[in-house]
Amino acid sequence: MSLRHITRRHFFEQASFGMGSLALASLMDGTLSGAQGQSSPAAALAFPPRVKRVIYLFMAGAPSQIDLFDPKPALRKHDGEDIPEEFIKGERFAFIKGTPKLLGSPFQFSRHGQSGAEISELLPNLAKMADDITIVRSMRTTQFNHAPAQIFMNTGHQVIGRPSLGSWLSYGLGSENSDLPAFIVLLSGENNPDGGKSCWGSGFLPTTHQGVEFRSSGEPVLFASNPRGVDAEVRGRSVAAVNDLNRQHSLNVGDPEIQTRIAAYELAYRMQTSVPELTDISTEPAAIHELYGTEPGKASFANNCLLARRLVERGVRFVQLYHRGWDTHGASFGEDIVEKLPRLCRQTDRPVYGLLTDLKQRGLLDDTLVVWGGEFGRTPMNEARNGSKFLGRDHHPRAFTMWLAGGGIKPGVTIGRTDELGYNVVEDPVDVHDLHATMLRLLGVDHEKLTYRFQGRDFRLTDVHGKLVTKLLA
Amino acid sequence: MKRSLAIGGAAALLAASTSGHLLAGSNWASLVPGSRGALLAGSGSVRIVAQANPPAPAQRVDFTRDIQPIFETHCAECHGPKKGRARLRLHAPDVIRKGGESGAVIVPGKSQDSLLIRRILGLDGEDRMPLDADPLPSDALANLRAWIDQGAPGPGGEAMFGVTSGAQAAADTVDEHWAYVKPARPELPPVRTESWVRTPIDRFVLARLEAEKLAPSPEAARGTLLRRLALDLTGLPPAPGELDSFLADTSPDAYERVVDRLLASPHYGERWARPWLDLARYADTNGYEKDNRRAIWKYRDWVIDALNRDLPFDRFTIEQIAGDMLPAATPEQKIASGFHRNAMTNEEGGVDPEEARYEVLVDRVNTTATVWLGTTLACAQCHNHKYDPFSQKDYFRMLAFFANADYDSRTFGDGTRHSEPTLDLATPEQEAARKKQQAEIDRIDLELKTATPSIQAAQEQWEGAMRSAFTGWTRLAPAAVSATGGVVLTVLPDSSVLASGANPKLTSYTLTAATTLEGITAVRLEALPDPSLPKGGPGRDGYGHFRVTGMEVAIAPAGGGRHQGEPVRFETVKVDDSATPFEPAELLANRIGATERPRASWAINAMRDPERMPRHAVLATAAPFGFAGGTRITIRIDHLDGTIGQGIGRFRVSVSNAPNPLDGADIAPRFRRILNVPAGERTPAQTEEIAAAFRATSPLLKPAREALSAARKGLVALDIPSTLVMRERAGFERPSFELRVRGSFAAKAERVYARTPTALHPMREELPVNRLGLARWLVDENNPLVARVAVNRLWEQVFGRGLVETSEDFGTQSAPPSHPELLDWLATEFVAKGWSQKALLREIVLSATYRQSSAVQPQLAERDPYNRLLARGPRVRMEAEMIRDAVLAASGLLSPKMLGPSVFPLQPEGIWNQPFSSDKWITSTGEDLYRRSLYTFWRRTSPYPSFMTFDATSREFCTVRRVRTNTPLQALTLLNDPAAFEAAQALAARMAGLAGEPRARAAFGVKLVLSREAAPAELDRLLATYEQELKHYRSRPEAAVLVAAGRPEDPAELAAWTIVANVLLNLDEAVTKE
Repeated sequence: MSLRHITRRHFFEQASFGMGSLALASLMDGTLSGAQGQSSPAAALAFPPRVKRVIYLFMAGAPSQIDLFDPKPALRKHDGEDIPEEFIKGERFAFIKGTPKLLGSPFQFSRHGQSGAEISELLPNLAKMADDITIVRSMRTTQFNHAPAQIFMNTGHQVIGRPSLGSWLSYGLGSENSDLPAFIVLLSGENNPDGGKSCWGSGFLPTTHQGVEFRSSGEPVLFASNPRGVDAEVRGRSVAAVNDLNRQHSLNVGDPEIQTRIAAYELAYRMQTSVPELTDISTEPAAIHELYGTEPGKASFANNCLLARRLVERGVRFVQLYHRGWDTHGASFGEDIVEKLPRLCRQTDRPVYGLLTDLKQRGLLDDTLVVWGGEFGRTPMNEARNGSKFLGRDHHPRAFTMWLAGGGIKPGVTIGRTDELGYNVVEDPVDVHDLHATMLRLLGVDHEKLTYRFQGRDFRLTDVHGKLVTKLLA
Repeated sequence: MKRSLAIGGAAALLAASTSGHLLAGSNWASLVPGSRGALLAGSGSVRIVAQANPPAPAQRVDFTRDIQPIFETHCAECHGPKKGRARLRLHAPDVIRKGGESGAVIVPGKSQDSLLIRRILGLDGEDRMPLDADPLPSDALANLRAWIDQGAPGPGGEAMFGVTSGAQAAADTVDEHWAYVKPARPELPPVRTESWVRTPIDRFVLARLEAEKLAPSPEAARGTLLRRLALDLTGLPPAPGELDSFLADTSPDAYERVVDRLLASPHYGERWARPWLDLARYADTNGYEKDNRRAIWKYRDWVIDALNRDLPFDRFTIEQIAGDMLPAATPEQKIASGFHRNAMTNEEGGVDPEEARYEVLVDRVNTTATVWLGTTLACAQCHNHKYDPFSQKDYFRMLAFFANADYDSRTFGDGTRHSEPTLDLATPEQEAARKKQQAEIDRIDLELKTATPSIQAAQEQWEGAMRSAFTGWTRLAPAAVSATGGVVLTVLPDSSVLASGANPKLTSYTLTAATTLEGITAVRLEALPDPSLPKGGPGRDGYGHFRVTGMEVAIAPAGGGRHQGEPVRFETVKVDDSATPFEPAELLANRIGATERPRASWAINAMRDPERMPRHAVLATAAPFGFAGGTRITIRIDHLDGTIGQGIGRFRVSVSNAPNPLDGADIAPRFRRILNVPAGERTPAQTEEIAAAFRATSPLLKPAREALSAARKGLVALDIPSTLVMRERAGFERPSFELRVRGSFAAKAERVYARTPTALHPMREELPVNRLGLARWLVDENNPLVARVAVNRLWEQVFGRGLVETSEDFGTQSAPPSHPELLDWLATEFVAKGWSQKALLREIVLSATYRQSSAVQPQLAERDPYNRLLARGPRVRMEAEMIRDAVLAASGLLSPKMLGPSVFPLQPEGIWNQPFSSDKWITSTGEDLYRRSLYTFWRRTSPYPSFMTFDATSREFCTVRRVRTNTPLQALTLLNDPAAFEAAQALAARMAGLAGEPRARAAFGVKLVLSREAAPAELDRLLATYEQELKHYRSRPEAAVLVAAGRPEDPAELAAWTIVANVLLNLDEAVTKE
């Protein structure tokens, strides 16, 4: 019995295969019976998909849009002056107190590509891809602290407990590779994102849909390697023994759950083989390492970018890379926009360029969606916490920039506009739920129909919100 | 409550569970959420009617046509079949007649005196109805007034008022959701197969099965039953000896005696604490980003102990909600009040302390409602509950009960935080020891700070030595300087070199100079401020920082041609300042290409002091150098970080032949400056700074410093436990809180006062309106929910599913109970038995229902896949902690040690890798490695990974029901987790230790893991594995030694048994309660 070729979609479209449907149902949904009136996720597949998979580059800590994608000459002109009162009346900031002063970007912008997209000098490699990406300068969120904002950006709700984007996709679309999970998370940078594992949690969806964290050092998947002295042969035989005995027992007991466990052991054994092969990037040619700036064996964002390509190549539905460290308050040495922001750009610029270029040269960019962005933006004002002399920007939920690339996206355009100071969005605002609705649409999913009943209510990623950002679509 | 309907709907209910849709009998249909149009579909008599063109008021008003649609459209959300706010419902004539809390709302013939109209108009200073919605359209109001003035006739024109009949009175409660009606003791239903019945439970189950034309399953095998009982009552599988004696015991009460023995076991409390700790969201850390540790394990121990002594559930409740407020509260009762201190606390910088506290209060309300009322009250934080009869005001009134908690405010560098009290649990001996220790610390501290003449003299001498350390350097006059990347270097008269021109991301400076000094012991690089540099330097980035990534010094005899010379080997490097932690010696090791960031670099924070300060690095040679005829020295200084331009702005190089050139080299620049101020001219702060530095380093004071450190360690070593508790603020005011619009912390609205939800049983007059009163109200005999909710959770633990499957929600959106009368019987039985959890569990496990075999018959699998009808025994995958405990027990590793601080069993490296915390998982030693799982340290942002794989929760919030998944990651965990494999090794040693044939050993293994005799076919399969792996490891002795733990005589044999043990521990049956 094998789970190969069985995806969730297959299950709902043609529920005919060897394993008892109940067994599979329980593999996918441990609480099926508690979920009365659950609508089939197949019903949400309402549109022809433009992309099959997503790579989400989550820049945790919130990059400064004003220094990277949204140049504001007025800020430079009025650098050091008080921000006009009307902007900050009644506003709450994470750290700023009193009337803050405007802070012009110390970095130069220029136009790139045919599209003439404006990109900062800090991202020289991404600038070469200006015609392949779509910049959204008009993102907004409601949260201004890292953890809730990251959880909001990932789950559509600021409080822990809702399923994340990737687990919704795993639930709705299943996996195209029976040897790997549908949703994989890769971490780099300074520690984990503030939102913690809730950023890739499955909330009330069954835990099979939660993001599986590939660890950046040590074993990529916990316990995927055999104990010392146990080789693949022994492991293969012992899994066969477990399953033989389970089959014998199931003759007496008849619980379909045993069939599920047999299938799980088979997949586990296949993962033991596929994961080491997959995560061994040393087999890539030198030109690829040069392109990404990868160094096999070293934990880095670059390595994760290359790994992401290898994962989507193998049919993994949703790969999310977290690179943490973008929090540039200027409250202390080394976490300002003068030195830290360039450092973060330097860690990520070439790998991102490498990833886009590599996906493109393999034809994968046509049916892959790449998303780049943080959980909120940064203030046009200098934070100057406790009189700090370092230049930095506080958290800013009212306007920030993200970019997207890949199938179904209209490339080489810049969408949305902020006011002269970059404080508020004044044209084409895109809320977090709008982004989610649009991403789901690109995958062929109607965001209003992908629902799950929990505690008596139908929940969806976009809650009661979400407008399609049509300007983004090709 | 319409039980008959619920039972009648059973067939449909089953059909529904198989198809994934629940559209049962008519009464339950109204529970299926759908569009607004379906809102009243279930009540039968009411239809949604499009708003007709309203008739002129003079026209005869028809109730069904004209009035009912108004109530339906404008009022039903709060005053309809599902909700009766202020006890007023307006969806049917009989309930309209009844009126609400304020009495009748209609005075027939007098619309102006009718409360209905007065409230719609917003008269008498009351809120206008409908609340928070547009006013009623004028034609609708006109119709209502006309209707009342015409005498308020009912449907068909009959009089609605002035008539009461028994039937109507009964009908008043027709729409009350069953869970909000106090359970009545049901009659025991008759059954045909009386012989099967062992306890009243069985009557309810069998009656239902007989109605469904199903037969119960036969009794499970005795071994299976014992294992099921042991797992349910103690969370541990039976020991082989227990199994043997139970199988041998043929006396009629053998089963009951086993039950009583297990209920009396101290492991009972450990097993049942687990689900309760999920409800209590017990964890060992505070949660949120920082997720620092907290000490509240005494609360966990209290739960275990309370369960073991079978503290009645009402007292169990009161002590946890308000133990601190009980008259003459004991320390134990105060510890119990830690229940609500388990809420997460946010310590993130910049968080509004009031908002953080609000989140705690919200969590307390939500948890209380979930645990004792089975109610999703959380919905009402933001708006009136959509389905259940709770308003937003109810929510905040409930919250007010918790708003009077005592707390301290303390301001830290990054903000203010509120903290609630900690109970110190020092024994009198510990208290005395602590006082003594603290006195010792104070004494030594004073000694350290007291300046005696001898100490003062020593300090002066020390200062002198420090000062002289900075003389004796010979400056090198540059003969040539150069730089890459377009930097222009200019030599100044004082032999320093100033950088100008380009400020590239990558640059190396090279300086060549000649010296006649011999016996050179050190080279010193100074970085100096200069007015031409950004902010005055000494570095070149926007702040005046620099970042040096590497240095190299080479020497050659003077006049030795253009040869670069040989690199000098340095032994030690010291710098006087560094902005980030780094090992200065690495400056010499960095030979890294220009594209990658060097792994260490010497960076300074030029802005740390108000004035611009010089910095230096001193490199001490491994052996003195210097050629007799003079030496040419070449120094390269790299700035190859590549992020931004951060070269040194002005620098100077000197050499020294002093014997101890490093003396004083690491004294901070600020300090050097003070040293040069004569003692009499220093400010008090400068004086104190120098004195502190001296005291921290002087050999003279070393004994005192060591004594202080030892005394402080001694204080910590006392290991005095403490725990988080609740405490009420003093005062007599009724607790209150400001309602928050849409639940948003910032949107304050009217102040509301503590009060229990109006839709539930009233609070007794004699109860105080405070947290203690709330606690007593929760376990009031009139509370319709508490006993049902509690027994349902116990049932869920035993049978895998509750009688109400949505054990967290008994509201109108809940799953209907599979056996409503059984639920009520158990609820009333629970109260009748004095709220004894042990008595109730005993009743459950003695039933024939419980004792059934769990084998799934094919026709049953089809008809009742989730065993809702209970035609078989429970077969449920064990929960995360139980799996680990069972594995440890089977292998013989399990430690029986109970209670105490949380422990740190084996977990993979790198799991605790969290922002804002350097906290480390230090693996426990000895038996603490093998303690029962509920003692494992629970870090909310990073719980024990194998528990999470088996669906444990993070304990961030109250969780009633864990999901049960069956995934490949679970397989990997049981196969390969070093902790699991260690158990396999230990189990193998137990098996191999048995004298006898391999077959007997394999059978012993089966008995240890599965608590039963092995079937011959199973033994054949296990022996095949054993033989094959024996062969395998015989030919691979190195691998055999790795697998066979310890020092066995025959590693291959033990390795083969280890693989067999690993297989056994991975069987579905091993992780399943059969």
